[in-house]
Amino acid sequence: MSDHEPSSSMRTPMGRVRHLGAAHAGTKHFWHQRLTSVALVPLTIGAVILVLSLMGRNHAAVVQILGSTAVAIGLLLFVLVSAYHMWLGMQVIIEDYVHDELPKIAMLMGNTFFSCAVALTAVFAILKLSFGL
Amino acid sequence: MAEAKTSAKNRPLSPHLQIYRPTMTMMMSIVHRVTGAALYVGTLLLLWWLIAAAAGPNAYAGVQWFLETVIGRLILFGYTWAMIQHMLGGIRHLIWDTGRGLGPVEREWLTMATLVGSVGLTVIVWFIAYLMGGFR
Ligand code: HEM
Repeated sequence: MSDHEPSSSMRTPMGRVRHLGAAHAGTKHFWHQRLTSVALVPLTIGAVILVLSLMGRNHAAVVQILGSTAVAIGLLLFVLVSAYHMWLGMQVIIEDYVHDELPKIAMLMGNTFFSCAVALTAVFAILKLSFGL
Repeated sequence: MAEAKTSAKNRPLSPHLQIYRPTMTMMMSIVHRVTGAALYVGTLLLLWWLIAAAAGPNAYAGVQWFLETVIGRLILFGYTWAMIQHMLGGIRHLIWDTGRGLGPVEREWLTMATLVGSVGLTVIVWFIAYLMGGFR
């Protein structure tokens, strides 16, 4: 829900709702899904090849490569954009299939908790690999 | 379900999925959603790997052992395929968003291309990773 303007606003009721659609939030959700999709194309190709090329190498080599600046930044971008994208995507899936209010809200909350936890944990691990604490 | 409450009013029902003859675009639309959900869960595997690498050689040996079992390899291959299939399906969505590729011939062709492309690219990506020193 977007914040409603005070009734003293000079804008007409029609002007206030135009372009906002049924969810009163405009196209932000849809647009961010597309924005993250475009960003994810190169990031995913890079991340998949990187991770697979590290399979079978010993721990020291993996730490050295994952901790190097360019790789760490690329991977950070990948996990952060992925977490936001999957949060948006799972929200749509839940809204499509779960119609009873309480389970729906619980699952939407769970989706947010999970996505934030994924983002934070991945960032922590990547930074630790870089800074070697 | 919500329908139970409203059906008393005898409203006409719109036809749902089971009514239609399955088409390629319909099946691959479902695949896009399923791969999206699989990737959502799959982040746990990526996290396990990253945390283990950050934690030290002993923890890393654990993931490495798992990923080298047959099950581990299959999961990794499926994960790669789901990622690439979802990526190509997503690119198809982006093309459709511009209004292109929606004709009856193009949309089927485009959809078929994502499937053929994802299988081909998965093999190519594994091969590139091998050339870069992976899987030895
Ligand atoms: C590789 C680049 C990717 C692209 C181009 C992409 C593209 C898209 C697009 C366009 C949608 C919206 C589909 C629609 O409106 O029906 C979508 C949905 C979704 N994506 Fe992605 N995606 C990518 C990677 C990922 C990753 C890495 C994850 C998970 C970690 C993910 C999880 C999801 C989920 C859960 C949905 C919701 C599925 C649905 O609504 O049916 N995607 N993706």
